[in-house]
Amino acid sequence: MTALTEQIALASDTRSSRTAPSKGLDRVFQLAALGSALLVLLVLAGILGSIIYGGWPAFREFGFGFITSSAWNVGSEQYGALVAVLGTLASAFLALLIGVPISIGIAIYLTQLCPGWARKPVAMTIELLASVPSIIYGMWGLFIFAPLFARYIQIPVSNVVEGLPIVGTILYARVPSGVGVLTAGIILAIMIVPFVASITRDMLDQIPTVLRESAYGIGCTTWEVVRHVLVPQASVSIIGAIMLGLGRALGETMAVTFVVGNANRLSASIFDPSSTIASRIANEFNEADGMQLNALMALGCLLFVITFIVLIIARLLTRRAKVA
Amino acid sequence: MDAQNPILAPAPAGAPSLRANRVRPSRRVADKILITASTAFTMLGILVLGSILLMLIVEGLKGFSPLLFTQPTPGPGSEGGGIANAIVGSLVLTFLGIVIATPVGLMAGTFLAEYGRGSKLADLIRFLNDILLSAPSILIGLFVYTLMVRPMGTYSGWAGGVALAIIATPVIVRTTEDMLRLVPSQMREAGAALGAPPSHVIKTITWRAASAGIVTGIILALARIAGETAPLLFTALNNNNWFNANLLGGIPNLPVMIYQFALSPYPNWQGLAWAGALLITITILALSVIARLVIKDQRAR
Repeated sequence: MTALTEQIALASDTRSSRTAPSKGLDRVFQLAALGSALLVLLVLAGILGSIIYGGWPAFREFGFGFITSSAWNVGSEQYGALVAVLGTLASAFLALLIGVPISIGIAIYLTQLCPGWARKPVAMTIELLASVPSIIYGMWGLFIFAPLFARYIQIPVSNVVEGLPIVGTILYARVPSGVGVLTAGIILAIMIVPFVASITRDMLDQIPTVLRESAYGIGCTTWEVVRHVLVPQASVSIIGAIMLGLGRALGETMAVTFVVGNANRLSASIFDPSSTIASRIANEFNEADGMQLNALMALGCLLFVITFIVLIIARLLTRRAKVA
Repeated sequence: MDAQNPILAPAPAGAPSLRANRVRPSRRVADKILITASTAFTMLGILVLGSILLMLIVEGLKGFSPLLFTQPTPGPGSEGGGIANAIVGSLVLTFLGIVIATPVGLMAGTFLAEYGRGSKLADLIRFLNDILLSAPSILIGLFVYTLMVRPMGTYSGWAGGVALAIIATPVIVRTTEDMLRLVPSQMREAGAALGAPPSHVIKTITWRAASAGIVTGIILALARIAGETAPLLFTALNNNNWFNANLLGGIPNLPVMIYQFALSPYPNWQGLAWAGALLITITILALSVIARLVIKDQRAR
């Protein structure tokens, strides 16, 4: 019914009104609105176009080998994306592994356990974490977290696992400096927690209270209510929220540049420094020229493809949840 | 299922523990673990924010002096100096970004909420806008570099402003549309019934009714772009002097200044980076809190 009335409201310019006030201006206004909306489309197309245009020479030169090669040599003009792509995926994966349980825990605390008077301030504190600029997280990670991490985690763990099969490779730090893929993953986890937590909280809040109350009424514990009533109801949108966090973790630049170590080395250890696509672009772009510039643009292209697939899946999942 | 229990009004979460002896231990353990873990995680989040603020205040206040706001950034290895040029540069860039983004975002949001409601095109634009909202900001830097810096042959404040505008626009589009949708249709109908053309209805009725929400969106966008670093690296860059009035060449700005100075080997530069970090974080947190208060006012009304 609302749709109909709005159509009537908006279609009113087709009827001849008695004074016909400024019909031309009306049209201009509508076109301006349409134009602005199309500009959003244009910008997205422009981003894709400019990166493909810039990265094309590198793709043509190295072909498919660009993705599978781990070389990154400015002197001999050999470029490959493997280290940066793996670094990006590994740090984002670690961020999800650490961040998702924490986010869901916070969402459950805020919706189920928190006393009423504390709910607003606690939620606001968590949301303020989202507005802290990423460069501040980078400084915190490098100057506060990394030294503590090296001293209390990296060195003891390395001593324990040294020489052991598999674990001895993954968790061994050759140079326990505190920076590396895992540190980047932890900082990214801190950065995505506020987003995932606040979306999950909104989704849990939308579940009708009757469902929750009837579960408690038949004697369920909080855990059982969460596990068997709340999570199944909100699962699709929680996955969407997680994907949204993943998109953010993949493209995050400044914080990661501070703590990832920026080394082009293929290492199986998550304590070792590495690079991500974004950190490498941030580090090298201003001094780059010729083929290096093209290779960096090509890296940007890969980042675009990876993040946009993730973001599209995320938006489809969160949107479907709203309709259902 | 839901019709049978009028007695069971909001059951307290701790109810089962009253009959603890009749509850299987594993159920109680799982429940305890969940409660402890969620509480601990929330504390952890608060602890991290506290730790970040503490770090900024302790380190930032060390270098805080009135000179910060009067002197430009010093050269490498030299003593003294301030960050006045970076502060002004950041204000100029942020202002440029918001001035470009506000009309575009407002009009695009209006299109999505008023003209395009239900159309396929509006659905597509809404979807892509949501994606642009969380697109990696460094890619936007690469785009503006190709679009403006390369053809113009120099880094410029204009390029920096455009890059920030591209980041701010989706935020404004989204909040504007959401807020316009909250305006009851009856108000539009009342306007239309008086013979006002749609543009007049939008400008004098819907925008006015949603003004607090739209302003919130603009403040949120401001908070978002004030601390953005990645897109400025390739567009506005940085320099250690006062910038030209035509905004060509590197424009000093706080985020890139913090990035370069924090990673430099000079203690003086590092001190300035901390002071800048404190300044920018307090500004952004204040903006976020203000935005929330505006929303609350709107709801209360």
